[in-house]
Amino acid sequence: MNAYSDQGPVFVARGITKVYRMGEVEVHALRGVDLEVRAGEFIVLLGASGSGKSTLLNILGGLDTPTAGDVRFLDHELTDADESGLTRYRREHVGFVFQFYNLIPSLTARENVALVTDIAEQPMPPEEALEWVGLGERLDHFPSQLSGGEQQRVAIARAIAKRPQVLLCDEPTGALDYETGKLVLEVIAKTNAELGTTAIVITHNAAIAAIADRVLRLANGRIAGEERPERKLTPAEISW
Amino acid sequence: MKALDRKLLRDLWSLKTQALSIALVIACGIGGFIASFSTHDSLSWSRDHYYDNARLPHVFASVKRAPATLADKIREIPGVSEVETRVVRDTQLDVPGIVQPIIARLIGHDFEHPPGMNRLALTGGRWPAPGARGEAVVNERFMEARSLDIGIEVHVLLNGKRERLRIVGTVLSPEYIYATRGGGMPDDEWFAVMWADERSLAAAFDMEGAFNSVLLRLARGASQDAAVAALDRLLEPYGTYGGVGREDQASHKIVTQEIEQQRVTGTILPAVFLLVAAFILNVVLHRQVNAQRGDIAALKALGYDDRAIAWHYLQLTSAIVALGVALGVALGYRLGLALTGLYTDFFHFPEFRFRLLPWVVIVGALSALAAGYGGALAAIRGVLRLRAAEALRPPAPAQFRPLLIERLGYAKLVSPAQRMILRNLERRPIRAMLTVAGVVGSVAILLSGTFWKDAVDHFIDVQFNEVQRANVSLAFVEPVARSVAWEIERLPGVEQVEISRIIPVRLSVGARSYRTALTGLSDGARLQRIVNAELEEAHPASGGVVLTTRLAERLRVAPGDILQIEMLEGKRIRTEARLAGMVRELAGMNAYMRLDELNALAREGPVVSGAGLRVDPANEAKLLARLKEMPGVAVVIVNRTLLETFAETSARNLLFFTAILTAFAATIAVGVVYNNARIQLSERAWELASLRVLGMTRGEVSVLLLGELAIEIAIAIPLGFIAGFWLSALIVALTHPEVFEIPLIILPDTYLFAGAAVVAAGVVSALIVRNRIDNLDLVAVLKTRE
Repeated sequence: MNAYSDQGPVFVARGITKVYRMGEVEVHALRGVDLEVRAGEFIVLLGASGSGKSTLLNILGGLDTPTAGDVRFLDHELTDADESGLTRYRREHVGFVFQFYNLIPSLTARENVALVTDIAEQPMPPEEALEWVGLGERLDHFPSQLSGGEQQRVAIARAIAKRPQVLLCDEPTGALDYETGKLVLEVIAKTNAELGTTAIVITHNAAIAAIADRVLRLANGRIAGEERPERKLTPAEISW
Repeated sequence: MKALDRKLLRDLWSLKTQALSIALVIACGIGGFIASFSTHDSLSWSRDHYYDNARLPHVFASVKRAPATLADKIREIPGVSEVETRVVRDTQLDVPGIVQPIIARLIGHDFEHPPGMNRLALTGGRWPAPGARGEAVVNERFMEARSLDIGIEVHVLLNGKRERLRIVGTVLSPEYIYATRGGGMPDDEWFAVMWADERSLAAAFDMEGAFNSVLLRLARGASQDAAVAALDRLLEPYGTYGGVGREDQASHKIVTQEIEQQRVTGTILPAVFLLVAAFILNVVLHRQVNAQRGDIAALKALGYDDRAIAWHYLQLTSAIVALGVALGVALGYRLGLALTGLYTDFFHFPEFRFRLLPWVVIVGALSALAAGYGGALAAIRGVLRLRAAEALRPPAPAQFRPLLIERLGYAKLVSPAQRMILRNLERRPIRAMLTVAGVVGSVAILLSGTFWKDAVDHFIDVQFNEVQRANVSLAFVEPVARSVAWEIERLPGVEQVEISRIIPVRLSVGARSYRTALTGLSDGARLQRIVNAELEEAHPASGGVVLTTRLAERLRVAPGDILQIEMLEGKRIRTEARLAGMVRELAGMNAYMRLDELNALAREGPVVSGAGLRVDPANEAKLLARLKEMPGVAVVIVNRTLLETFAETSARNLLFFTAILTAFAATIAVGVVYNNARIQLSERAWELASLRVLGMTRGEVSVLLLGELAIEIAIAIPLGFIAGFWLSALIVALTHPEVFEIPLIILPDTYLFAGAAVVAAGVVSALIVRNRIDNLDLVAVLKTRE
């Protein structure tokens, strides 16, 4: 069961604003977003490109800082942290999954995971993480020897091996076909359900929203809508 | 401007730091090449121009004493167009305020009707009044080295009598561009060349109506060998040491050797620089072309043909090379100007001229362009082979495989981070090898430039601490009985005396001959020793002559062969002796015998002509003062002062070269390391940024990138030491001076300096790249594919 469900929120964000300067143009990526994420929640961020969902995820993940407003992760104030503080935050608490997997081509599946477990405090063994994502048989394969879905599952294994509190996924199925995409979503859902890891997933695929506890729609840098699906589906039950 | 040209400019701008570092490497190559060749050309011109204007003779001969009337007979030798006879004598010079004795070469000169050759150029003061006794002009270098003012009064020993001479002017002579008594070392402080009225000098030396030096100029196309042979025949009854051409004239020989040295350094080092520049250009363009696969595909799809695309990238190369050549020409010009100035000053050529021949620039530019195009074309070829659709797709994921040590079952020994580094190295062995080769090149260049100091130090150490261990050396006016040693031993400060007999000889075997001196050493000589290059002491074997290996090779004789010996003094005995042994000495073309055997060979009694003294430093001044008063002592040499002069001169020149070469080598090292780091960074930015997102610190990520370079540098430095040793050996072999050997000695400190300089260049490059690692865009990697 969910280890964090009885605790307070993992993320509390108040009035986050992000303004980029792109050459001579100011881009308002986020315009005052308020957000609370409870431990163990599975959240899907939906929105068109340019809606601000990636900016929000980057700020929650400690990759970027807001122009105004503040963000707290448990008792860490992310808004005030400097570069090394953010690095430590990512290292200790956050698991990232990217659209293009971002595996290191010169390392095998096992070594890609070990790269993270080597610097984590109480990681699971790389073999166990890979077993968890269903790749127990392909430990010593290099990325070039794995399919896209397999590479993404290695990336998930790499993200969860350090037992992070949150798993942030940016378009995890964006580069995958239907079947493989569903397989990857299953692993994410399983991690959320069985390890209690809070999961935030970005997608522009509305069908995926059905597997979330809560769906946030972003438009023009604001949260335009919030839904809680009547019945949370399993990835196997959805289709697009 | 066409769109493609705009792209070219923008690409260049985005590559500006890399382009600049490559251009600098090219500039070093071109600069070194142009500096060396223009210096060589300018100095050759200055020398020849000076010889022509001042009318340097073609043949030089000395004779003991020949009647003035002989000049007419010499004039009749076929091919001889002009003859000049004169009186020349070396004697002791006493300058107020200088304790140590100085040697003066006094040359009789007719100031009223100056001779048609060896024209003196007055650089200060005035000419002596015609017929004036007691006035002289002296070579400018001596006056400068001693900081003496015109008008000073000095004393010379004329036939055993102290005579006063006033220096009224300073001159330059083409015969003494490089003033040396023949030792091959600059001797400005201890050797003065003075010209005084010929009649008074002849009177002082009892040479009235006679001469002891003769100079010839030959008609165009005349045979020098025939003229020398005829001259020798005429002079022979009067005791000649034989005539020599310019090629054997001491000053000309040294000047020419110095100038030729420029040609050696001017070809080897620039070749290394250009080679390294081609390496870097190749790697950078390869990367640039690969990064632009999509653009190239688009250009192809739009209808640009291969030729246009190839030309586009060659233009990029051309721009970098052009920048390098422009910088190189400017650098070469400045450096050539400085070097020519340094040497013009060193040789005291009356005219300074620097010229940069167009062909030197053209050859330099073309070789740089060839090197650049060679590198660029190799990279471009790969892309042009791609079909448009193929080029549009991202390149296939990089293939990796387990390391050799993992395949052997030692996987546990290396961490994942180390594996990344090692597998990257293993996957691109050619690039790793090129990087290593570039760094090896810079270490080697550094060593080949800095080892000279070690070589010179070693040379000085051997010559003055192993071979010539006497503090003071004496030469007597005439051979004297061995008992002179007892007399000298009683002089103040003398702790030990060793006597020797030195006879000027011509050694010949068949048609080959060489003029040198035969030195007779007593058994167990400690102050003047025969020491080989390995510092082992040799002794004159009984029953024959021991030759320096260099001289034996020149005469092509082996132990056991018979040498013809013609003594060039006294009774001018012709005899022969067996070659008893050879010794590989660092310096000189020497011949040794046992003292008693030499006396017997010369059919003389137990006489000696010189001595080596070990002197108590506290009493040295007193001794030197006493020696000056002894008419039987012709020459006094204080070996320590000779050493100081030599060390000073060589140190000044070496420092200049070391500084330049260190700067060049550092430029190469930075060029190689920095470019490699930049290429690696641009190829792996995505991977490294991903790791940063996953929580790796900047330091950890930097190690992944720079670790590879660190390994490459670590491999390259020892290889560079080996390459540097052989490059130095090559330069030594190509330089090979005639009468000495440049010892190939490279001390640990020199290796350490070369290694440290390259490591420092690597660290600087790493720091620049590190700054870029710190600023990696972490957000971008989430969204883009590599």
